Amino acid sequence: MKRLLVLLMFWAVAVQAQTPGLDAAQEVRYHQLINELRCLVCQNQTIAESTAPLALDLKEQVRKQLSEGKSNTEITRYLTDRYGDFVLYRPPFKANTLLLWAGPFVLLLAALIWAVRFMRGSRKPAAPPRPVDEAAVQKLLAETRAALAAQDEQKP
Amino acid sequence: MRFAIPIILMLGVLALLGFGLTHDPREVPSPLIGKPGPTFVLPGLGGTPPQLANADLKGRPVLVNFFASWCVACRVEHPLLMQLANSGVEIVGIDYKDTDADGAQWLARHGNPYRVVAADAQGTMGLDWGVYGVPETYVLSPDGTILFKQIGPVTEAAWRDKIAPLLAGAKS
Repeated sequence: MKRLLVLLMFWAVAVQAQTPGLDAAQEVRYHQLINELRCLVCQNQTIAESTAPLALDLKEQVRKQLSEGKSNTEITRYLTDRYGDFVLYRPPFKANTLLLWAGPFVLLLAALIWAVRFMRGSRKPAAPPRPVDEAAVQKLLAETRAALAAQDEQKP
Repeated sequence: MRFAIPIILMLGVLALLGFGLTHDPREVPSPLIGKPGPTFVLPGLGGTPPQLANADLKGRPVLVNFFASWCVACRVEHPLLMQLANSGVEIVGIDYKDTDADGAQWLARHGNPYRVVAADAQGTMGLDWGVYGVPETYVLSPDGTILFKQIGPVTEAAWRDKIAPLLAGAKS
């Protein structure tokens, strides 16, 4: 009995969620599309999430064009012709979106190169000490001693 | 020297942030600039004129202004539009997603800067022209090409720096 009730509830929700005029496959595509289109009024929402009048209009457009048998490409083209690539949550890869798509990877690569260089640099052993010029040391020592002795003699 | 890369990266990030801070993300560049204004046929507001279509906008530079009685920002630009209309600039009004009664009442109360007003009650012309928030104003050349789109109210600065030079250029 309980199981039947749960099933009934799911059925009711499924029926309610279905948009009139679309078959099951179109229904799936409808939900895919509206989840990938940006609402231009509330820019961080998809038109699926948004209840702005424009989002409702765009959803209606998508639904209408699906029921007319248009392909996903045709529908997204319809929208980008009017609102530009900005309406797509997954903008196409082209010259003016190159930075958008490649930028993070370029930054990551640059940071990696820098990090590797930085770590190699710090692991390098300290430079070996320069060989000592024994003769010069002895000479300097002798000079210093002579100077000290001269100072002592001057003292009363 | 070994800090050269992080410093360069930092400058790059700063440049991007600077760019982001000085540009309004709400202003989505229109893909229609340089293209002919999309085809439309609309009834006139309250039946005068009976219809408005692309051909009615050709032969001279025109401003196409989308407005609505429910649009608060439209009141901001309204005095400037009145002033422009008085100085001879041709402005065509599109009453966007509004009822004829409300639109007409709004114009009666605030003044009518438009040569003609058409009613886009369903927002279909707005959809084709890529309108996503009123007010929006399109500058059309005499052959009906969209030269510029002002998103949000037409300001003194936008008129002086962008729209006026375009109209002057389109006339000659």
